[in-house]
Amino acid sequence: LTGRNLWQMHLLRPGRISPTELCRKCLNRIRKTQHLNAYITVTEERALEQAQQAERRLQRGVPKGPLDGIPFAVKDNFCTENIRTTCASRMLKDYTPPYNATVVQKLLDQGAVLMGKTNMDEFAMGAGSTDGAFGAVKNPWGYAAPYGERTRADPDSDWVVTGGSSGGSAAAVASLTSYLALGSDTGGSTRNPGSLCGVVALKPTYGLLSRHGLIPLVNSMDVPGIMTRSVNDAAIVLGILQGLDVRDSTTVPAPSSLTELPEDFDVKNICVGIPKEYHAPGLSEETLAQWSRVADLFEEAGARVEQVSLPHTQYSIVCYHVLCHAEVASNMARFDGLEYGHRSQMDSSTEVMYASTRHEGFNDVVRGRILSGNYFLLKRNYQHYFVKAQKVRRLITNDFQHVFSSGVDVLLTPTTLTDAARYRDFTQEDNRTRSAQEDVFTQPANMAGLPAVSVPTALSRRGLPIGLQLIAPALQDQTLLSVAQWIEQRVGFPSIVSTQMLSSLDLLQSLSEGFHIISI
Amino acid sequence: GQNKVFRQLVGVVGLEIHAQINSSTKLFSGAPVRFSAPPNSLVSFFDASLPGTLPVLNKRCVEAAVMTGLALNCAINRKSLFDRKHYFYADLPAGYQITQQRLPIAVDGVLTYSLLGGKKRNQVMRKNVTIKQIQLEQDSGKSLHDDVRSQTLIDLNRAGVGLMELVMEPDMSCGEEAAAAVRELQLILQALGTCQGNMSEGQLRVDANVSVHRPGEPLGVRTEVKNINSIRYLARAIDYEIQRQIDVLQRGGTVQNETRAYDSKSGETLPMRDKEGLQDYRFMPEPNLPPLILYEDNASLPTGIDACQVVVVQKIKEGLPELPSVKRDRLVQTYGILPEHSFTLVNEDGLVDYFEAVLKTTKKEPRKVIGWVTNELLGHLKQEDMSVCQSPISPSALAELLELQETGHISSSVAKQVFQKMWRSPGKTALQITQEQDLGLVSDTAQLHSICQKVVDSHPDEVHAIRSGNKKVLNKLMGLVQKETKGRADPVLVRAILQKKTS
Repeated sequence: LTGRNLWQMHLLRPGRISPTELCRKCLNRIRKTQHLNAYITVTEERALEQAQQAERRLQRGVPKGPLDGIPFAVKDNFCTENIRTTCASRMLKDYTPPYNATVVQKLLDQGAVLMGKTNMDEFAMGAGSTDGAFGAVKNPWGYAAPYGERTRADPDSDWVVTGGSSGGSAAAVASLTSYLALGSDTGGSTRNPGSLCGVVALKPTYGLLSRHGLIPLVNSMDVPGIMTRSVNDAAIVLGILQGLDVRDSTTVPAPSSLTELPEDFDVKNICVGIPKEYHAPGLSEETLAQWSRVADLFEEAGARVEQVSLPHTQYSIVCYHVLCHAEVASNMARFDGLEYGHRSQMDSSTEVMYASTRHEGFNDVVRGRILSGNYFLLKRNYQHYFVKAQKVRRLITNDFQHVFSSGVDVLLTPTTLTDAARYRDFTQEDNRTRSAQEDVFTQPANMAGLPAVSVPTALSRRGLPIGLQLIAPALQDQTLLSVAQWIEQRVGFPSIVSTQMLSSLDLLQSLSEGFHIISI
Repeated sequence: GQNKVFRQLVGVVGLEIHAQINSSTKLFSGAPVRFSAPPNSLVSFFDASLPGTLPVLNKRCVEAAVMTGLALNCAINRKSLFDRKHYFYADLPAGYQITQQRLPIAVDGVLTYSLLGGKKRNQVMRKNVTIKQIQLEQDSGKSLHDDVRSQTLIDLNRAGVGLMELVMEPDMSCGEEAAAAVRELQLILQALGTCQGNMSEGQLRVDANVSVHRPGEPLGVRTEVKNINSIRYLARAIDYEIQRQIDVLQRGGTVQNETRAYDSKSGETLPMRDKEGLQDYRFMPEPNLPPLILYEDNASLPTGIDACQVVVVQKIKEGLPELPSVKRDRLVQTYGILPEHSFTLVNEDGLVDYFEAVLKTTKKEPRKVIGWVTNELLGHLKQEDMSVCQSPISPSALAELLELQETGHISSSVAKQVFQKMWRSPGKTALQITQEQDLGLVSDTAQLHSICQKVVDSHPDEVHAIRSGNKKVLNKLMGLVQKETKGRADPVLVRAILQKKTS
């Protein structure tokens, strides 16, 4: 029962709450949680229209599916037709795409209600959601009772980061303004904030979800990420979003139309691998304790739990950086102020216009990556950096393949090194350093194109979420989520409930059904 | 001393050719391909480089490249790759061009072309040029510089149109060879339908790489010559550049490795403003396009694959149309015409069809018809810079004229006159003109007899010379008879009559 999400409770029972009422409640909630800065654009009018349409369908008994009328949020690097899409950059601060990203369209076709576009690190470069043109995102858990009580912190000066780069989406789901949110994941950008904000965060297999309309960071690693309040929700959304898209030549057909996850997954038949290289420096003892705890749970339930080795892990982050920067330099070349986006007033020549547009439009993180990326791609450097990194990438992929083909079904690892840092601690190091540190556990899955999910397992001593990661072989997303749900069912992570969202009757009902109430 | 052999500097010419693929939509997007549309009316989101858009490969463009590769005897790479070539320019919205640098679709081909050489320019000389590779790539947009308002206008209609880049190795030595090679390529592409090959419309763009050296010695520094809009200019530009480089070297200077533009007005090549400097294109694999896999035949297709999603080389091979060289040989075989005639026929758009249409409506032998088509007709067309389809004399009209000559109604020289009159009065038939201007052959023996007698009687010295053995003088008498008859006397009859009278 703890695996059920709230919307199922609301909508399955007739007369519980209507889509328009739910929409209004969420919009109200967005207003109340504005200090979190989770949203760049709130699509209030549109959302109400969509909710009304959903309501009519539900009244007529013809809902489009499980997501009809459900509020969702989208990271601001997904194109939304006629809705501003900024990538949290001055370069696109007034850019309005003329089309919807495929994954956005699919959700809209299901009748889901778009609440708005969420905040992020500029162009998805970062691990804190602190480096965007519209300011940093604040972690809702920093304003919740446990954090305040346990650390005696002042939420306004000791606020904690969401992680990144999809921090706004994680905050939206965690603060109950959306029931699901799309993020993007290139090196951990969905799983990282998912873990720090205590929500389920799925990075599907590369190629399973279309990238058409996702403004790219690294084309060969980007995937649309799914953030939800429960694993089952993530499975539902995956089932809707996966599949071949002719507009994206890197998509593959879904291995099967995803059916419901098994209620009682039997772990006796699986082997869980614990990669020894993931005992990384900086791993907090609490996260380590959670890692052991869940590994023990598997063992006690009869699963085989084995230590395995992914020997090239130590090289992964460096190679990731080389390949990431090279692709960034290439992908950002189109932002010249000519066709769309910011255009500098300095236009004495085309070259001057290009240079000043790009200087004005990009923050220094983006510019730094472009410069180093171009350096790596110079003819004289190409073999030493880019090709070398691709070769090591192959070795990293082989590490995983080797482990998975020797009987291991899933890998269990931490998602992040620690729980969420205070903003003032996080910003002691620059973006590049933080990214290198924080991406340690997450980016190898992007290098290898594998599916991975972060599941919240417990609150830390500071009252902040800790999550663990599962990694599975390519296209085994269903197995991955089945195992993830098994964990979710047993760890008792507190569900976030908003006292504002429920009537007192519901509140009593929730308590009686075993929900821990955290009011935000 | 005696051993020093003075060797001439000779030209070495290679070509880089961009052929616009004849397809209805662009290489990576569904925007239409059309010449001369309103600016920025044929631009998809992808072509405008809107963020989040991705390339989707056009099957027709792949087929066109394979067809072209096969026609040029290339090895078709079963696997080829796409790359990004980066540079900043206003007509390149993404800041990079998608091309095939590492592994192109076709390599190592040969183009066989012919030149008409020899003293009378009627000997067909066959030459070969190696095709290094054929690669698929995007065309750029167009920029127009408005210096008055200090602005640049960008039209992206052409951005993303599919191109085949063909690299011809430096196997050529002068402008004429390069022109002939490009002409042959044009004919091949037009026969295949993969490119319309119109240089003035930019469908076929040729840059020449030119250097000079002494045979046997290493190649000299080369220059790249651009801005060539026709085959004629190509030959001139190359020959000018070769001579310019020879002059530089003979003066003791050195040739710079540079890009030069051909100026058709002056006939010179001029250094282009060096807008890029030393360019590093920072090539990178295109991550949004998996390797392009082609299949040999239907048997080698993996199970479950959708037939409309693949390109099968065997199928394309089987569907290749008749290539120009095959056509030329066929014409020689079928009609017994000379190779140089066949060459001229195939070289001119529509001329083969014209020739064959004439043959349908005349009993005259092809070998007797060909001259009329390649000399009279083509000569007049060239003089007035007209194409075959613009000819005022239709195939059936020409056939009628030839029939008149064949059946003895008019003489050969009159026939040529009638031709010219028909040219100037389109619509009038040969028969009409002959009758109107009374040009018919005079075959009335009695009349001819009397005219001949008159001439014989009035030229006793010439008659005496003939009787003494100087038979050539008969021609003079014949000429006088023809003058009397205004060229309408049947020459065969006149000769016979005169011979009798002077024997």
